[in-house]
Amino acid sequence: MKTVNKAIPSVDGLGIMLGRPAFTDDLADVSSLIVKVLRSPHAFARIKSINKEKALNLSGVEMVLTHQDFPRKPFTRAGQGYPEPSPHDKFVLDEYVRYVGDEVAAVVAKDEETAEAALALLDVEYDILEPVLNYQEAMDHKAVVHPEPEIHEMFPIGFEPKRNIAAAYGMDFGNLDDAFSESDVIIEETFTTQAQAHVMMEPHTVNARLDVQNRLIIYSSTQTPFHVRRILSQALAIPMHKIRVIKPRVGGGFGGKQAIHGELLVAWVTYKTGKPAKMVYTRKEVFESSYTRHPMTLKIKLGATKSGKLKAIDWYVLSNTGAYGEHALTVFMVAGSKVLPLYNKVDAARFHGHVVYTNHTPAGAYRGYGAIQGNFALESAVDILCEKLQIDPIVFRRKNMILEGETSPVFEIMGEGTEGTAMNMETCKLDYCLDKGLELIDWKNKYPRVPLENGKIKSVGMALAMQGSGIPYIDMGAATIKLNDDGFYNLTVGATDIGQGSDTILAQIAAETLDVPIEKVVVYSSDTDLTPFDVGAYASSTTFVSGNAVYKAARHMREMIVKEAAEILDVDTSEIVFGGDVILVKNSEATISMRDLSNRITYNEDQKQLTATSSYYGTKSPPPFMAGFIEIDIDPETGEIDIVDYVSVVDCGVPINIKLAQGQVEGGIVQGLGMAHFEVVKSSSKGQLITNDLLKYKIPTSADIPKLTTAFAKSYEDSGPYGAKSVGEIGIDTPPAALANAVYNALGVRITDLPITSEKIILALQNKKNKESH
Amino acid sequence: MKVKFVLNGVERDFEVKAGEYLLDTLRKHNILSVKKGCDASSCGVCTVLKNGKPVLSCSILTARCEGLSITTVEGEKAEVEKFYSYFGAEGADQCGFCNPATALTVIAMKRELKNPSESAIRQYMVGNLCRCSGYVAQNKAILNYLEDQS
Ligand code: FES
Ligand code: FES
Repeated sequence: MKTVNKAIPSVDGLGIMLGRPAFTDDLADVSSLIVKVLRSPHAFARIKSINKEKALNLSGVEMVLTHQDFPRKPFTRAGQGYPEPSPHDKFVLDEYVRYVGDEVAAVVAKDEETAEAALALLDVEYDILEPVLNYQEAMDHKAVVHPEPEIHEMFPIGFEPKRNIAAAYGMDFGNLDDAFSESDVIIEETFTTQAQAHVMMEPHTVNARLDVQNRLIIYSSTQTPFHVRRILSQALAIPMHKIRVIKPRVGGGFGGKQAIHGELLVAWVTYKTGKPAKMVYTRKEVFESSYTRHPMTLKIKLGATKSGKLKAIDWYVLSNTGAYGEHALTVFMVAGSKVLPLYNKVDAARFHGHVVYTNHTPAGAYRGYGAIQGNFALESAVDILCEKLQIDPIVFRRKNMILEGETSPVFEIMGEGTEGTAMNMETCKLDYCLDKGLELIDWKNKYPRVPLENGKIKSVGMALAMQGSGIPYIDMGAATIKLNDDGFYNLTVGATDIGQGSDTILAQIAAETLDVPIEKVVVYSSDTDLTPFDVGAYASSTTFVSGNAVYKAARHMREMIVKEAAEILDVDTSEIVFGGDVILVKNSEATISMRDLSNRITYNEDQKQLTATSSYYGTKSPPPFMAGFIEIDIDPETGEIDIVDYVSVVDCGVPINIKLAQGQVEGGIVQGLGMAHFEVVKSSSKGQLITNDLLKYKIPTSADIPKLTTAFAKSYEDSGPYGAKSVGEIGIDTPPAALANAVYNALGVRITDLPITSEKIILALQNKKNKESH
Repeated sequence: MKVKFVLNGVERDFEVKAGEYLLDTLRKHNILSVKKGCDASSCGVCTVLKNGKPVLSCSILTARCEGLSITTVEGEKAEVEKFYSYFGAEGADQCGFCNPATALTVIAMKRELKNPSESAIRQYMVGNLCRCSGYVAQNKAILNYLEDQS
């Protein structure tokens, strides 16, 4: 390998550091109208009236939009393939507002100040309704979040809005009763996970203009440009061929930009006025009016024999989707489908639950996508079970975890909103990940705890995890490669670089296949007019799905070049040796350089354009695996935790770019540590968001993270491009359970409610003391 | 009102509104390396150098910049290129939204601190939030750059 599996710097890193215009708002038309949204101060209300007179009379105000201006057609902003597994339960603007921060009306003005002033002049009368704020009580609550008759599911997802149920699902296999009655030890525990905010550094932003063909040109900071085009067309009844969505550089997404945000309003304004328009979310809007991770309650029951065989898993999950059902079903299902197969040898398992509506900021896609919640519950429960069994949790995991060549019935039963796809683990190096991780963290000298001289206690904890590589039979990615004169290539992909480095790794795959240095592959993503289709950046699909498409396109291009060369050199194609910059003939002096070949077919003889387009969808989704180990020093007086190191040993197949893959893992770990330790979206008893800025919602800083140790297992996934699986999400999954297990190993208290803060630890210690003294 | 200050080595006049912040003035004048990431002076992506020291341009009124020297990455091209060679080698860049601010802060640190320890580096960078990288690769790149280039 010359280019793949190397640490190649990002193709665009320097230009971005130098501040060249790259991000959505850098590319906004300077004369853009400013679109601002009046947001609901109430958790649940019906809008009785909106008086727009005063706002419209303000000089510089172009228009005021209310629910009366839009077709009453429900859709979902989820940003998924079509038909979506999310309910169509959202209107562009509605006469109901369903959470504090929901859209009431929009003003359009010549500048920020005027738009702000116009917002203040809108007179709205509300009929305030009783909100549903506690998701434990949402089901069959007397207040119904979505009473409107037009909303619907696209196919059966268990949608029962009259009961505040956005989605429901259940599956089981084996005989659960038998498996539990044959178990010597049974444990039952309930875990809760919080809403987490994405906090991508670039706020959601979009701008639009009309071009000379009177088409809508939309620049959007999105993970899913093709879905944005489709949803805009469907929701606004604008013909799809009139819309072009360009995704420039995106300043982080983490799932938060899979759904659509200001696109609908901004597109509408430009479509109606013919004038450029834009919207940039304030940080408060990002917190209050975009999405969070789904909070969940996970009740889990495990049964095992004395000898340490895991017999049964019974699992009920209640998930809170907030005011709208974006990703309601699928995130909840992934809590089971990408966690249960870790322990594939159980006799029986059940996974079931409900996703409920409440009057909170909606939950949506977020890196980990349910797996992080499920992982916290199962990997904490396994340690609890081992304690009761008096079996070393490492020994237990070794005995029960999934191994290479094996499968799990879960793969076939559970897909994302539909049935799943049976598959064998062609690559699964969990055994290596576990052993290597134990060594790197020095487990044997630290487990379970070491008292330190300064009074603190050192301890370690761990968890296993898996994710997926795209959604089989659903996610499709495509790539086009064009040969230019002078012998270099353009690679255009619909795959969406949102900062994870997909442009670079896809260019690496093309360069490797075409045997040229990466500079000779000019990569561009993504633009619904210019690049081929791709579902976008989600579900850990890019390396595997889009990468396979690039590999296929590059192979195709090679074949075309070989054919041209054979004609020019007047030999059979089987005689041609493709050497990247030069084409040779076996056992002969005859050669032609790629420069000469491309110039010749461009300008001189038998002129033509060589272009190869290929697409790919998975027939399986080979999971990346990892073992995560945390080392902490904890103060038993204050409960304060110092994170000393986090060891990740990852099987993502062959990392296409070693450093960028490491960056994906480490970025995920730190985001997961934030969730494990302190990040929490909090709202008042009235449903007002308290954590609406970066002072109240803290994310990890450079001072919080002294050390991360990341290693990769040697692994080659045959179905992946150059042996690769995906790596975008796996890093985020293990920190919550690993930290909970480490805290238990240090102090003997089990925190089942995320985040694991010092306050909760102290409280648990006091409870434990009280119990012991009784 | 009119304000005169040195932007990236060139003295220039700016016509600004009374409550206008430096971040908005700069972006209006096509200095697009400075980003807006929050409304509460708490993310760091708007960092510029004011007389060589890192400051948040979202919380400085342009009117108060009279006579000062303001530097952005556009004015530090050579040094940024040097820094990037370490940064890119570690794969420390992801979305890059925070990277111009990170580069400026590091360049200021190099001029201000002599042989900073690893923890001093992490403390210096504490106001530069990054949601993508996990920081460790960034800090390694910063350390390598400071060791080689100081
Ligand atoms: S924009 Fe966030 S600190 Fe200035
Ligand atoms: S690289 Fe994305 S915020 Fe730092």
